[in-house]
Amino acid sequence: MIKNIQELTAIRDAYAGKINFRQHNPGVEVSDGNIKKHVLICGGTGCTSSKSVQIKAKMEEAIKEAGIQDEVQVVLTGCFGLCALGPIVIVYPEGTFYSRIEIKDAETIVKEHLVGGNPVKSLLYSQTVKGDEILSLNETAFYKKQKRVALRNCGVIDPECINEYIGTNGYMALAKVVTEMPPDDVINTILESGIRGRGGGGFPTGRKWMFAAAQPKGQKYVVCNGDEGDPGAFMDRSILEGDPHALIEAMAIAGYAIGANQGYVYVRAEYPIAVNRLQAAIDSARKEGLLGKNIFGTDFEFDMQIRLGAGAFVCGEETALLTSIEGNRGEPRPRPPFPAVKGLFGKPTIINNVETYANIPQIILKGADWFKSMGTEKSKGTKVFALGGKITNTGLVEIPMGTTLREVVEEIGGGIPNGKKFKAAQTGGPSGGCIPASKYDVEIDYDNLIAQGSMMGSGGLIVMDEDTCMVDLAKFFLEFTVDESCGKCAPCRIGTVRLLEILNKITEGNGEMEDLDKLEELANYIKSASLCGLGQTAPNPVLSTLANFRDEYIAHIVDKKCPAGVCKNLFTYKIDLDKCVGCGMCAKQCPADAISRTDYVAEGHKLASMTIDASKCVKCGACLPTCKKFNAIYKG
Amino acid sequence: MKKKMTSVAFNGTAEQLAKLDELIAKHKGEKGALMPVLQGAQGIYGYLPIEVQKHIALSMDVPLSEVYGVATFYSQFILNPKGEYAVSVCLGTACYVKGAGLLMDKLESLLGIKNGEISNDRKFSLDATRCIGACGLAPVLTVNEEVYGRLTPDMIKGILDKYN
Amino acid sequence: MMENMVNVKINNKEYSVPANSTILEAARYAGIDIPTLCYLKDINEIGACRLCLVEVKGARGLCAACVYPVNEGMEIQTNTPAIRKARKTNLELVLSAHKKKCLTCVRSTSCELQKLCLEYGVDEDHFQGNNNSYPIDFSTASVVRDNEKCILCRRCVAACKNMQGIGVIGANDRGFDTHIASAFELKLGQTSCIGCGQCIVACPVGAIYEKDETQKVLDAIADPTKHVAICAAPSIRATLGECFGYEPGTDVEGKMVAALKALGFDGVYDMNLTADLTIMEEATEFLGRFKEGKNLPLITSCSPGWVKYCEHYFPEFVDNISSCKSPQQMFGAMYKTYYAEKVGLDPKDIVFVSAIPCTAKKFEVKRDFQNAAGVPDVDIAITTRELGRMIQQAGIDFKALADEKFDVPFGIGSGAGAIFGATGGVMEAALRTAAEVIEGKKLEKLEFDDVRGTEGIKRAVYKLGDVTVRVAVVSGTANAKKLLTAIKNGEEQYDFIEVMACPGGCVNGGGQPTQPAVVRNNVDLKALRASVLYTADKNMDLRKSHENSAVKMLYDEYFGEPNSHKAHEILHTKYVKRGL
Repeated sequence: MIKNIQELTAIRDAYAGKINFRQHNPGVEVSDGNIKKHVLICGGTGCTSSKSVQIKAKMEEAIKEAGIQDEVQVVLTGCFGLCALGPIVIVYPEGTFYSRIEIKDAETIVKEHLVGGNPVKSLLYSQTVKGDEILSLNETAFYKKQKRVALRNCGVIDPECINEYIGTNGYMALAKVVTEMPPDDVINTILESGIRGRGGGGFPTGRKWMFAAAQPKGQKYVVCNGDEGDPGAFMDRSILEGDPHALIEAMAIAGYAIGANQGYVYVRAEYPIAVNRLQAAIDSARKEGLLGKNIFGTDFEFDMQIRLGAGAFVCGEETALLTSIEGNRGEPRPRPPFPAVKGLFGKPTIINNVETYANIPQIILKGADWFKSMGTEKSKGTKVFALGGKITNTGLVEIPMGTTLREVVEEIGGGIPNGKKFKAAQTGGPSGGCIPASKYDVEIDYDNLIAQGSMMGSGGLIVMDEDTCMVDLAKFFLEFTVDESCGKCAPCRIGTVRLLEILNKITEGNGEMEDLDKLEELANYIKSASLCGLGQTAPNPVLSTLANFRDEYIAHIVDKKCPAGVCKNLFTYKIDLDKCVGCGMCAKQCPADAISRTDYVAEGHKLASMTIDASKCVKCGACLPTCKKFNAIYKG
Repeated sequence: MKKKMTSVAFNGTAEQLAKLDELIAKHKGEKGALMPVLQGAQGIYGYLPIEVQKHIALSMDVPLSEVYGVATFYSQFILNPKGEYAVSVCLGTACYVKGAGLLMDKLESLLGIKNGEISNDRKFSLDATRCIGACGLAPVLTVNEEVYGRLTPDMIKGILDKYN
Repeated sequence: MMENMVNVKINNKEYSVPANSTILEAARYAGIDIPTLCYLKDINEIGACRLCLVEVKGARGLCAACVYPVNEGMEIQTNTPAIRKARKTNLELVLSAHKKKCLTCVRSTSCELQKLCLEYGVDEDHFQGNNNSYPIDFSTASVVRDNEKCILCRRCVAACKNMQGIGVIGANDRGFDTHIASAFELKLGQTSCIGCGQCIVACPVGAIYEKDETQKVLDAIADPTKHVAICAAPSIRATLGECFGYEPGTDVEGKMVAALKALGFDGVYDMNLTADLTIMEEATEFLGRFKEGKNLPLITSCSPGWVKYCEHYFPEFVDNISSCKSPQQMFGAMYKTYYAEKVGLDPKDIVFVSAIPCTAKKFEVKRDFQNAAGVPDVDIAITTRELGRMIQQAGIDFKALADEKFDVPFGIGSGAGAIFGATGGVMEAALRTAAEVIEGKKLEKLEFDDVRGTEGIKRAVYKLGDVTVRVAVVSGTANAKKLLTAIKNGEEQYDFIEVMACPGGCVNGGGQPTQPAVVRNNVDLKALRASVLYTADKNMDLRKSHENSAVKMLYDEYFGEPNSHKAHEILHTKYVKRGL
């Protein structure tokens, strides 16, 4: 039990050295008693699925065999962010960055690096090897431009060890508010920091808190929205997996600020690791008296529980989330009344997402001015993005607001693979829109993204190159929202389906020019008339692709062509008879027996060329990879 | 997506019922407990047949239509049990032209169940899926996560034998 | 008063409106109608249909007027080009997913969607696309559901669950596949549906309707070998006029009788008579039970929806229900025994029809233990709506009809029988008779005001002679659930309870003429319709059941005395414990 701030400080001081050991600050001497090396292994969902837990076991076994178990601490941490390179292992104090490690590599690393003192160059992330010099991960392009606030502990601490969290000044903010700050001061600090909700609309967090605090005393609730549903976005999961105590601390602070004693965390059931770590963290916080009654010896009490989602994207919408916690179909309800006035079980409630909460303790400790110093005029602080699509460094990055899209894609993201050209980036998932190459230098913040017809959303950032068909992309997102529409209000339930039917008609080559007007008319209607945020934003992918790539729509309709060669009805596979060497590999792969040999032998080739019977071809594309070497098969 | 209902006879055990009652008792009086109870019940039975939902409705004094409304809203809840080995035949275009239909026929006759059903011992369930993107291997089927490709009907028995 | 008002601007004009109003309500104060489809005041306030969208200065997107609270200085526009366009698009989308069988739909011309589509000049084919197909559910005796006409406003779900506390229908599946049905797609007949029909009167379109049996009636009338008689329930004279454009709350008894005669029935009778007969039987039954202290509280049995509700949801109270048949069933039973014998008719040749405000009565006629003469007591039960359609089809100019009187000898009903159609009416009628029986002298004041009014649960204690009787009057099964639960938990005790399945009693029955939401939300239909019955009672000389000469004749000539062996055989019935 931690009864007061002094006891907390004592633990903090005991563990601070360990934490410092894992911050690569060249020139700063670090030590951790007898322990000479810390081996950090990523235990995020991505690396876990590529066997990082087994790697850890193997590593520990090898360490024991080598007899250095007292000198090495092995830690399973949260996500480092560079998921494309997983599983990742980092060795401190030098910050050596091993990527794509396999179980068999564990022994090698132990023998050569931990025992022998020589990093295994062949296993290192290539960008950290500059000739003889080995860079730390902080010196790579991927990390250099990042500013980790919400993710600061992910990949640094053992999420299941509360003391390590305390070692990073954890729970100091909670101690400070309950012992020193009146609730109003807490809210003012949050207000002044300018932080806006990281989950979607970007509503000022402090104002939400202020409204809820202004409600008459009585039962109130603090809710965390961890129902991260955008395809490809996983920042909330990473924080839950890597730094669960930050969330607990923040929710308790929020409870203190608005006068609530109960919290609910609504997490997707698809995040088992996150759920388990959060539950473990809640249990240990309770054990230490950081949740429960008389927190830090004051009258303040706060406890929380986890509620699992059950597979409904719409529950990321705050009122739907509340109806779901109440045990109902996750159907949104009209606002006003806003949750701050009438929320969970009809009581005043604040709802913030995981990333928003993860910022709170540091705003309290470091002050509003510190937070305000990052970001743009109206968007303060940092934002986590999940990079995906046609980009080299897929993974999780945290950047100061105002970083340009180009910097994120080209520098942090390592650019677009295979020498392809940047075509657009989609932000905000199915609720967002795309930013075309002409706006590559846009500074990313809430308002700029909205001005581009997109939105911040939860932070998915999908990069597209010239091989992406924008009509197909709009169709993809719309299929998603049609599947996920709750069905309560007519505009979304029926409107999105009709919208999708028109898109299908266009991609199948049956579109007419009037369809574009109908698309726009219907999309604008759904946007203005739908009950909740899901419906109100569902047409964004259509509207923004129409605005930026109208010529692609016209190509589908007028020329019956899909310029990117994606829409199956609008192209056929062909074989360039002169390039074809007649190897016949393609015919072997063809499931439809659509490829046969011609009589034509191209100049310089021995075998007769192959040809595709368009009437038999099912356009599965199985032949394409067989001809990579000769490049004779093309879409036309 | 409309939820598929089961055609399998309910064979819940007394032990499962005791667990379910314990679960309901644990959540008694808790606000909004229906979701966790349904999640727990699916953990116990593997799916949520009418017998289980009715028991929950009566024990929690919630109309059955409400329980069912919740169960069919969330994609996590299933009304039709999956077998220990879920066999899925890809019926995408490529697989279909390569004779996936024949694979389905063969499976139906060997397993004695139809598409969408589950064997009485709950060992195998059989489904058709949309294209899984393995067209080059057509026709394909999957057993849980395992993918089998370039199949002919006479290979089916050998595959099933692996799981018997 | 002033501090509870706020100033708002609607369509550029200033108004002072109550602070707790919604935009929809505020607009009504200003005399502006905003169209709605899903909204039913106090029952279904979910903002789902998005038809009532308005512009609010400063708000993002359009706002649903039905649920959006007003505040000081709010500026609202209800009729701009953008709003009209949005509403039109909305209707066009709804139509794209609606089975447009409007020419033959039972709700044609009374359909709220149809009316709006006309008003907004909608192109019914503007959006086209695929829709799910659903089978029509004919499985119950009372209610038919056609999901392909359903517009998912959920008014029926709210009526069933929120208002009636039953919830045999709800929203299943998600998104475009969302549809209203029972759990596991069971047919309504396989569920614990009580057939009250409140879903029907809640439905704005033709997705739920009564099982039409008018053809059976017409066939019987056309059959020369059949003697076809009809009796009209107390409440329908207060509502039938609504089918012909009369304002709610118009008494059309004389015209109704004239219309029934014009339709060619061989006998046109007043169910108020058997309401009085019910009182004789039930008051006697009550006094007997009260004396013995057995199976108390006695609970009335007139409402078949309530009886079925009790059998399903509170089987432990089945023995408390009065064994008296309902007035409808008593009429048929008496007619096919006493009257058939008297005039020499074979009961098999009689087709006895009832005109009732109730869809549950269609189930009641099919119940066991309702066949005193070896054939069903009542053959066909038709609702007020069906009767209205029959009159229209027959080309009868209802409004032009001269008043006529019911046929003898079953055309006499007391004021006590008349008020059966309103919640509290049965209780008051019974109290009038019981009081005079117990006290042995004439009552000075016949009105029992405590049991009048449209409130869902009314409680009263009466001293009759030297006994104290604790009574309760309940309407709406959700209220019945509340009261029975309280009794079950020992929190409340009663001797005599009247329960009507429909809120407000039969005047608001599931078989009554539908009224659009704009009327339901702004007029107290229950009170207005009930006032017809109370006025009729007040204006009568005969106001007590036991003074009804026709009732006396029945006992003198046939039944002997109330609760006699013969009365039991013919006028009483049994129930089943159904459970869920």
